[in-house]
Amino acid sequence: MQDTKEVQTEFKPKILAFCCNWCAYAGADLAGVSRFQMPTDVRVIRVMCSGRVPPELIIRALANGLDGVMILGCHPGECHYSEGNYLTRRRAHVLKRLLSYIGIEPERFQLRWVSAAEGAKFSAVVKETTDKITALGPNRWVDKR
Amino acid sequence: MAAPRIGVFICHCGTNIGGIVDVPQVVEYAKSLPYVAYAAANLYTCSEEGISSIKHAIKEYDLNRVVVASCTPRTHQPLFRNACADAGLNPYLFEFVNIREHCSWIHMQNRREATEKAKELVKMGVAKARWLDAQEEFESDVYPAAMVIGGGVAGMSAALNLANQGFEVHLVEKEPELGGRLLKLNRIFPINKDPSELVESIVKAVEGHSKIRLHMPAVVKAASGYIGNFDISVDEGGKEVSFKAGVIIVATGAQVLKPELYRYGELANVLTQLDLEQRLKDGKLGEFQNVVMINCVGARIPERPYCSRLCCMTAIKNAALMKEINSEAKVYVLYRDLMTYGVEFEEYYREVKEAGVRFIRYTPSNLPQVIGAERVESVRVYDELMDMELELPCDLLVLATPLIPNDDNEELSRILKVPIGDGGFFLEAHVKLRPVEFAMDGIYVGGSCRWPADIRESIAQGYAAASEAVIPLRQGLVKVEAITATVDPKICKGCGTCALVCPFDAIELKESEIRGLEGKIVSEVNTALCKGCGLCAAACPNGAVQQRGFTDMQLLSMVNALSGKR
Repeated sequence: MQDTKEVQTEFKPKILAFCCNWCAYAGADLAGVSRFQMPTDVRVIRVMCSGRVPPELIIRALANGLDGVMILGCHPGECHYSEGNYLTRRRAHVLKRLLSYIGIEPERFQLRWVSAAEGAKFSAVVKETTDKITALGPNRWVDKR
Repeated sequence: MAAPRIGVFICHCGTNIGGIVDVPQVVEYAKSLPYVAYAAANLYTCSEEGISSIKHAIKEYDLNRVVVASCTPRTHQPLFRNACADAGLNPYLFEFVNIREHCSWIHMQNRREATEKAKELVKMGVAKARWLDAQEEFESDVYPAAMVIGGGVAGMSAALNLANQGFEVHLVEKEPELGGRLLKLNRIFPINKDPSELVESIVKAVEGHSKIRLHMPAVVKAASGYIGNFDISVDEGGKEVSFKAGVIIVATGAQVLKPELYRYGELANVLTQLDLEQRLKDGKLGEFQNVVMINCVGARIPERPYCSRLCCMTAIKNAALMKEINSEAKVYVLYRDLMTYGVEFEEYYREVKEAGVRFIRYTPSNLPQVIGAERVESVRVYDELMDMELELPCDLLVLATPLIPNDDNEELSRILKVPIGDGGFFLEAHVKLRPVEFAMDGIYVGGSCRWPADIRESIAQGYAAASEAVIPLRQGLVKVEAITATVDPKICKGCGTCALVCPFDAIELKESEIRGLEGKIVSEVNTALCKGCGLCAAACPNGAVQQRGFTDMQLLSMVNALSGKR
């Protein structure tokens, strides 16, 4: 009965996006200034560098039941701190495998590059990710602890 | 510390937020959140009235945290932090929530969901605010000297300006002679004067200045440090010289494109405007009767789309000079569009037309053609305005080519960690609002290395860069935003992962001198070198390293707030 009920009400995912202050956060600001309309499901947390986000925190967010988590950082070669995004990229690779090992769909975590000038890309990434996570359906992995 | 008492201010921003998000509903919601002692709406939080309402509420309700939900911290954080400081609250006990750019402006068709999202964003901001700590900004001394790279007119102007204000200047020039591009020019527009008058007086002033130390011929090999405290090493004629500087000005100029067009380099009577000036200067031009000049050679094309701006005026100047030397000569200027901005230049253009120089407009889809085997004999051009093909006799073809970036820009960009923009020129911090600064603190830029600039623009930009650079020199100390890393030596195990990932070598493993921990190997952050990226905090396996303002607890509390966990 529980299942039928969920199918009937439209699924609205809850997605978190960690945005680097220098690129994606500014890109999100630009998307706003440009009035690019997009789905309402993404919430942004500002960090100074995509490399500030520890993988544990992403696992925690998904274990808490959030449907998707994104890290949006500077394009390779454009990190404000020279090499922070390379660290993010390496971590993301390992994290995806870890997620699938513990039984969370790795697609629920996305790493994308969005520059400060790419308001349109920010909006496109939000749309794509929302569609992808909506198609995956609700995150049913719950922290048993 | 006293229990958190959080004040939340929700901004209508006129109708920008209030027209979409139900602000009163968000205010009521904020009041229900843990530790919120006060919540209110403002029509414009950034107005005089909004700011004073924050200050008033801090005192009236004994607030020890402030959250503003409005626009973006990228523009308004300093304003609200200052409001807190004015009311006696440490400015780092402030948290920003973006409900305009990240909410109302991007969800204009969905008021209900936008309001729900705004509530959640406020909830996350309040959750983080509860864990904020007061911070002191780090102050570091500014070494009272500057390095100016480039001994052209922009660099010399900057160096003189700083030196005349009493600061020591290291002027680094890669050629064995000061003066830059100006040394190669024959006349300068619109005054038709020999540039040596100008150059000599500036060079003399620079060379004779007791505060200016010349490094020549020299190139910058390494630079480390930060605003107020750069360690620089230059290769000066084969030997290494090191010195300290508090600020750096980049004024390295540009070079003139040598084109692979119109058979330049193949036929002897095809020159660039710069070649022509050189020959005039050396008195080696020889006889001429029919001069054709072509503008926009290698400029405003797909691979080099920008307008170099100076070449039109250069062509007009040299066309006038050709007429002056031989009034019988026929002089044609073939152009795409003419850039004669400014009062004197348009007037100068008119005078040159009156003197008999002919201007013919060509189109990029129908480029002029060079006719001749050994030498140019004529130039065929389709005159767009007359709708007619012309064949112009020609014994001297002069090409106006754009200024292009210096070849060593990339290396300098890497050494100084300053960005290069489209087309290879140095990129200032903001195209309109911060024209002579880099995003990197303490490094400034002026002259043609930034964008093609004429002499007076170069001088003005040199002065402008100097006047920005003199601020930290004069103040004697700089403040760094307190978002730097900290280490808890009690928790730290001394594994060194933080030091390994730090891009700025700001972390060192050292023996602790703290009582009770003597001799324990722990990480230590050099706050002066820390740029506040937080890589170390993310890498620390046991939470000993934290980033101020972005601690694990602060980020986790936001994640938990969003997912409905405590």
